[in-house]
Amino acid sequence: MAKILRVENLSKTYENGSKKLVILDKINFDIEEGETFAIVGPSGSGKTTLLGLSAGLDRIDDGTVDLCGQNLSELDEDGRAELRNRHVGFVFQNFQLIPTLTALENVAVPLELRGDSSAENEATALLEKVGLQDRMHHYPTQLSGGEQQRVALARAFCNKPKILFADEPTGNLDEATGKNVVDLLLSLNKDLGTTLVIVTHDLELAKKTQRILKLRGGKVQKLQNQQ
Amino acid sequence: MSSHRSKAGFSWLLKMAYRDGKASSRKLFLFIASIVLGIAAVVSIQSFSTNLKRNIALQSKSLMGADYIIDSDQLPTEKVFGIIDSLGGAEAREISFASMAAFPGKQGTKLMQVRGIEGGFPFYGEIETTPAQAGRNFKKSSVALVDATVMLQLGLEIGDSVKIGNARLKIGGALNNVPGSSSIFSSIAPPLLVPFSAIDESGLVQTGSRIDYKYYFTASEDLDMEKFDEELDPILDANEADLDTHLSTSRRLGRRYENFAKFLNLVAFIALLLGCVGIASAIHIYIKEKVASIAILKCLGASRKQSFQIFLIQVIIIGLIGSVIGTLLGLGLQEFFPYLLQDLLPVELDLQISPLVILTGIILGVSMSVLFALYPLLKTLDISPLQTLRMQQSAGSNKRYKFLVSLAVIIFIWIFAFWLLDNWLYAIWFVLGLAVTFTILSGFAALIMKLVKKYFPKNWGFPVRQSILNLYRPQNQTLILILAIGIGTFLISTLYFTRDLLLAQTTLESKQNTPNMILLDVQSEQKEQVKRVIDSSDLELLEDIPIVTMRVIELKGRSTNEIRNDTSSTINNWVLDHEFRTTYRDSLSETEEILEGYWKSKYTGEGAVPISISDNLAEDAEASIGDRMIFNVQGVQLETEVASIRSVDWSNMQINFSILFPTGVLEDAPQFRVMTTRVQDDNTSAKLQQQLVKKFPNVTIIDLRQVLKVVEEILGKISWLINFMAFFSILTGIIVLIGAVRTSKYQRIRESVLLRTLGAKNAQILKILGLEYLFLGILGSMSGILLSFISSYLIGYFLFDTTFIPSWIPFLVVFPAITALVVIIGLVNSYSVVKSPPLAVLRKELG
Repeated sequence: MAKILRVENLSKTYENGSKKLVILDKINFDIEEGETFAIVGPSGSGKTTLLGLSAGLDRIDDGTVDLCGQNLSELDEDGRAELRNRHVGFVFQNFQLIPTLTALENVAVPLELRGDSSAENEATALLEKVGLQDRMHHYPTQLSGGEQQRVALARAFCNKPKILFADEPTGNLDEATGKNVVDLLLSLNKDLGTTLVIVTHDLELAKKTQRILKLRGGKVQKLQNQQ
Repeated sequence: MSSHRSKAGFSWLLKMAYRDGKASSRKLFLFIASIVLGIAAVVSIQSFSTNLKRNIALQSKSLMGADYIIDSDQLPTEKVFGIIDSLGGAEAREISFASMAAFPGKQGTKLMQVRGIEGGFPFYGEIETTPAQAGRNFKKSSVALVDATVMLQLGLEIGDSVKIGNARLKIGGALNNVPGSSSIFSSIAPPLLVPFSAIDESGLVQTGSRIDYKYYFTASEDLDMEKFDEELDPILDANEADLDTHLSTSRRLGRRYENFAKFLNLVAFIALLLGCVGIASAIHIYIKEKVASIAILKCLGASRKQSFQIFLIQVIIIGLIGSVIGTLLGLGLQEFFPYLLQDLLPVELDLQISPLVILTGIILGVSMSVLFALYPLLKTLDISPLQTLRMQQSAGSNKRYKFLVSLAVIIFIWIFAFWLLDNWLYAIWFVLGLAVTFTILSGFAALIMKLVKKYFPKNWGFPVRQSILNLYRPQNQTLILILAIGIGTFLISTLYFTRDLLLAQTTLESKQNTPNMILLDVQSEQKEQVKRVIDSSDLELLEDIPIVTMRVIELKGRSTNEIRNDTSSTINNWVLDHEFRTTYRDSLSETEEILEGYWKSKYTGEGAVPISISDNLAEDAEASIGDRMIFNVQGVQLETEVASIRSVDWSNMQINFSILFPTGVLEDAPQFRVMTTRVQDDNTSAKLQQQLVKKFPNVTIIDLRQVLKVVEEILGKISWLINFMAFFSILTGIIVLIGAVRTSKYQRIRESVLLRTLGAKNAQILKILGLEYLFLGILGSMSGILLSFISSYLIGYFLFDTTFIPSWIPFLVVFPAITALVVIIGLVNSYSVVKSPPLAVLRKELG
């Protein structure tokens, strides 16, 4: 299997006055196409920073990240945006829907950015798939948390991403809704072969992935295979 | 990879701008309102002045009544008559002068501009009268036409009599409008039209009287009026006459109104700039609220440029909508201006819509919206997609862009000011003045805030302390609010203070010995009799000034004709053409002060006569101490020498002179006298005027109190229009205020919900909010009033050379009114904060 994400000696430090704060310290791992992968660790361990850097949301200071065969250090901000648009999907803890757009418009945005003329039809089909055919013209504030996360999932998969990054996808949902969302994520991974990278506190959720990376104090504590 | 960019095109950007704008329409409404008011103010003035200029040009012939006029303030010389004959002879002529008109049987007298007309005048336009035919028949019927307002004031009716000098005529009609009568001058000396023959009969045309002779001509269509003016005017000038063509007259008139329009345009432009401050502030907050959406868009693959363009398009569309609405509103508003200005307008206005004005309004509105929004819009470039995962501070935007945007704003303001003022230096001063005002206001506000924070009593109650702290909360809008309130208040107060300054210049001193009634044209032989009439009215003759009229014929060894023909001469022409009214005395008056040379009180009979000239005359005649001037004193040449140059306080409404002779020279020259007295009330004034007019019909009486009343009325009308424009600034200020209050509403909601969760009562929350707005109102309006007071004081000191005594209106009315307005707007907009229970507010507002 080809590597879809390769992280080598990735470090991140922030300057806090005269003090240097090490957030990530020489992280190494890689993920194969179609794999499900969890990043776990206590608060402040660097999980979200690792996700941000791996997905090209932030500039890399030290180390290398290869995403979908592209060295992220070689890309400027717009180049990374283009890469995300073509190959990467996101699901966030707080859904991150654009509040001024309807559910349908939110889902259509990534396709529209590609210049896809059938964006609206595809977005409609995806929303039907996640069971929101009756709610597609509603604004995010008019939807429940579960519904919002389903819209976010539809949006994440609309551009048929090679890799999907999920940051605490069940963090803001009740148990039953959370379970539904996880099932949806895993079934999409199965059906479409999308690589899944999940950052979570929830060990139960992590256990449903093929590999778990445990972070502590910005360092890899353990990288374990589940199966 | 970086060359392979998103394929979403302009239509997608438009779609996104629309989608986002649609859901934010309530917030965008305030942006639109900010630009609407500013553009409405600018367009209304622009359109009105364009229309006025066009109407003046269109009606130039009817304004004058002819194609051109040759006029002179003395009986034209043989040469001028020769020129008139060579032009085919005048088609109409007129003699006019100011004189007292008496209305026997009505116990009324009035200073009027008597116009004796012969021939077919007016050749364009018409003499508008009631009844209408009176204007056409008055010459044939030998009747007089009396200004309609005077008819009303004095209760005159058609068939009553009017007496001017020795001539007595029946009133044939009320005069509503006549070509050639200036509307402002008509307020002081309203027109009285009589047949030409009545002038001789009146016996008022005597040596020394101020008589104007006019000869009216029509011209064929193919006459090049500009060339004709260029060729003939210098010849007439050399012969103490003047040529006025309908073109030059309309240009002169247009310029006079243009200056006023320029001033109003600047006031309107300031209202627009204030709106722009509001836009910048609102976009700043708007973009802040959009940070998450922009981060998501970037996360989904939108480029920096695309996310910037989405909001830029919104701003352009908002600016366009606001400009179109503002332009339409402005075009509608100009319809009110003729009512506000009434008699001050020289022509009947036919208001038309000018495409250029519409284009100006729209371009200006869109450009200003974009320029002022660019600075906060630049922040979109710095928003990181990482903010979808965690809130973080955006990196500072590119300093070069910020500098370029600031530079563009300044250049645009300068270009627009230049376009309005037509003078690059004035435009620079305007931009600098604006920058200084903004800097001082914000500096002053910052200083007061600092002082309040430092010295506010810590032991005061919680609500007061909390409300003060609110002014310093992170992301506060305090400075913007104070600036908006301050600028609006500054404008309104300055308008009041400037009016005070202007009125102070014309106010009569109330001292017992300051004259307020001037008797002109008293012949020397009438002196004793006039004095007796004044005495018999228990009044005091305050001054008896001899007047001798003369003209300059030689200056510094060169004849006036020689100077006129010298194209390199910079001596002002009025000096060469003017008929000077001089006097002689042995001392200087209180309003005069010697600046150079020595005052000689008596002429010893040796050498040239030592005279004293005013500093403005010295400057315009380029004369200095020792220079020779030869005067023609009614046929006799008199050689003089400038012995002293003195300053004269012309603003003092008394009899002042440019040229002053010592005693011992002019005593035997033909002369008339000006006498002054002081009357206490209207009744005494009317009685004295009636007696004097009856006995001395040639004497012209000016009651300065009435002149002052007219000046006040004119200023009143002008200030109405200025207030109207300032109202736009205040209204824009209110919009900015509402916008700022609304945008900081969420912060207040969070704070008040927290306070209420901790047990604060509604009354306490309201008190905190109310006090916060009260402080804002006080700081803003006080800053504005104080700055305005200081600038008016400096203008008074340096420009008018007078002590500025401010009116109390800004302090007693404007200050509390604006403060109250701020508190009301603040509380009304915050009402929902206290209306709902904390949980409902948290759910609804914080989602």
